[in-house]
Amino acid sequence: MFAEYSTSELLSIFAMQGVAGLILFSVFVLMALGLAIIFGQMGVINMAHGEFMILGAYVTYLTSNVFSTYLPDLFSIYFILAMILAFLVAGALGAFVEWAMIRHLYHRPLDTLLATWGLSLILQQTYRTVFGPREVGVTLPDWLMGSYQLTETIELPINGLFVMCLALGISLAVALLMYRSRWGIQVRAVVQNRPMAGAVGINTGKVDRVTFALGCGIAGVAGSAFTMIGSTGPTSGQLYIVDTFLVVVFGGASSLIGTIASAFSISQAQSTMEFFMSGSMSKVLTLLFVVLILMLRPQGLFTLKVRR
Amino acid sequence: MSLLLKSKAGMASLLPKKELYGFLVLALILVVVLPLSLDIFRLNLVGKYLTYAFVAVGLVLCWGYGGILSLGQGVFFGLGGYIMAMFLKLEASDPESTKIQSTPGIPDFMDWNQITELPFFWQPFYSFTFTLIALIIVPTIIAYIVGVAMFKRRVGGVYFAIITQAIAAILTILIIGQQGYTGGVNGMTDLRTLHGWDIRTDNAKYIFYFLCVFMLFVCLLIAQFIRKSKLGRLLVAMRDKEDRVRFSGYDVSNFKIFVFCIGAIFAAIGGAMFTLQVGFMSPTLVGIVPSIEMVIFCAVGGRLSIIGAVYGALVVNFAKTSFSESFPELWLFAMGGLFIAVVMAFPNGLAGLYNTYAAPKVDAFFAKLFSKNTTDNSAPPITPATKPVTKTESTSLPQGALHEPQ
Repeated sequence: MFAEYSTSELLSIFAMQGVAGLILFSVFVLMALGLAIIFGQMGVINMAHGEFMILGAYVTYLTSNVFSTYLPDLFSIYFILAMILAFLVAGALGAFVEWAMIRHLYHRPLDTLLATWGLSLILQQTYRTVFGPREVGVTLPDWLMGSYQLTETIELPINGLFVMCLALGISLAVALLMYRSRWGIQVRAVVQNRPMAGAVGINTGKVDRVTFALGCGIAGVAGSAFTMIGSTGPTSGQLYIVDTFLVVVFGGASSLIGTIASAFSISQAQSTMEFFMSGSMSKVLTLLFVVLILMLRPQGLFTLKVRR
Repeated sequence: MSLLLKSKAGMASLLPKKELYGFLVLALILVVVLPLSLDIFRLNLVGKYLTYAFVAVGLVLCWGYGGILSLGQGVFFGLGGYIMAMFLKLEASDPESTKIQSTPGIPDFMDWNQITELPFFWQPFYSFTFTLIALIIVPTIIAYIVGVAMFKRRVGGVYFAIITQAIAAILTILIIGQQGYTGGVNGMTDLRTLHGWDIRTDNAKYIFYFLCVFMLFVCLLIAQFIRKSKLGRLLVAMRDKEDRVRFSGYDVSNFKIFVFCIGAIFAAIGGAMFTLQVGFMSPTLVGIVPSIEMVIFCAVGGRLSIIGAVYGALVVNFAKTSFSESFPELWLFAMGGLFIAVVMAFPNGLAGLYNTYAAPKVDAFFAKLFSKNTTDNSAPPITPATKPVTKTESTSLPQGALHEPQ
């Protein structure tokens, strides 16, 4: 299948598909990071994660509308504000959901899964009622449009580069938070041994709520970033939820590095194959590989070694 | 049912009196009341709902008793449905009725997708016997492979749920993507005859309805048999404390694999009955959303009650139809609320509610009616008031065990 392309063309194809894969990777990382915190650290399955992401996307959409109507002068910086707002709104909703629902279900993980699925249905219908069933897109400020010509055959879209930087920045921030802050130590202590963590004076309930809210907030930022490369509809979140869960499980649930590594391999595999076969087949093959590998190695790529 | 009453001694242990009444009431409703009170259109709908009940009964065994939550039962439902649909489709596309196509004698969607020859894996489906065998064998094999891969490595709980969900996603994408071989998004439509017998007439619909009820009762009895056997008790023991069962010398994974395969077979039979009664099969019945909905049928009915699962499937689907007829906007809210309520407020579903509120009164009524029979030693599974509550509490782990190794 490579015969009809010359070497330089092939190189460009791989480079371009590689960049497309990197953008997909960044979105996966952003989505999976939130989930890795919630699922990996707390053991809670949040099926409504995609809807939290879409909430962030809709917040961005609203912000862009407000700016273009009332503050057209400041339009070029609205995106920064939109992302902060997305984080806060999604995080607040996350904290509320944790308080109302999740905290009663910590000892029944499978039931959490069903309850959050119900939540996702409710959120979806809310979006549909409020924003209408059609997909909406945002207008990007000028500096995010266009692309950067690297060589004659390779060009890089700027919004894609921005998403990549964002993913990198947020991953670093999360890593710092988890492994270098007092709060991170508390979270990991609660994960490893809840009664003992409580016994040494950690407010486990509060740690849970903040962790859940943070995960949802990051999902909101992911949604915000998502508007740059795709349009948003009420059911867009559901399309990604399985992929995201697979990314987290494939990487090894409680390892941040693992999450990033698996997001990388899954997105690269998918986008490289996409060039040579139909999109659906490349997705089927990728998912199938992931499932097969998980059957052989159920603990995922990277595991945290803990004595239980 | 006459067969049931013949070997009374054996039956008494399989179906204690109270449960026998449960079965009889359900049979009365499905065989007598509904066919007499509904027109054929509505009865056909009930038949369609009952096909989901097959899946729900399988889920009671897997999830309620075995503690294995599969979010991929739609896969098996779909496999059963598609296998049946492939046979019917081949019969519907004989060279005579497809002569306007550029290649007569192949299903219409293949023709539309420029396929000129019947693919090899379609060939055997000319045979009805093969179809019936494949209907059981194919889902079993897939469930077995998944089960061996997962349970032998002691993967369970949420990981299993996510992986089965991914399998459902894969199958849906595959079916939609391979339009020429599977009919794509539209699925397989325009199914007409079974051995030359028109399946779209009212008469045929009645027959399929009763066939469906009959098959459902066969599955219910198998499920009841499993529940009452040693296997059923081992399943409960595993669900509550897997390691203890393992240390007692049992190979835990084999029991899980077995019950997962049974659930898959039930789902496949349901799928085949769906195709026969509704007359089409499409990927919308295979994917993630329908698979999770099937779990909710089971949860609403009561995850520990096989009879409850049937009522759950009927009630939720009836609500779905009537809601989406009159308030389509509200349906997802109602469904979402149902998910949350059934988990948080009444985890034992309708069966739990019945046992808590209605059962004592019904018992008292029957006790008055035949004042002699009240003793029943063989641990009545539809238990009085408090038992189901303790059961769920025993499934829940103590606070400290939250992050037990999977």
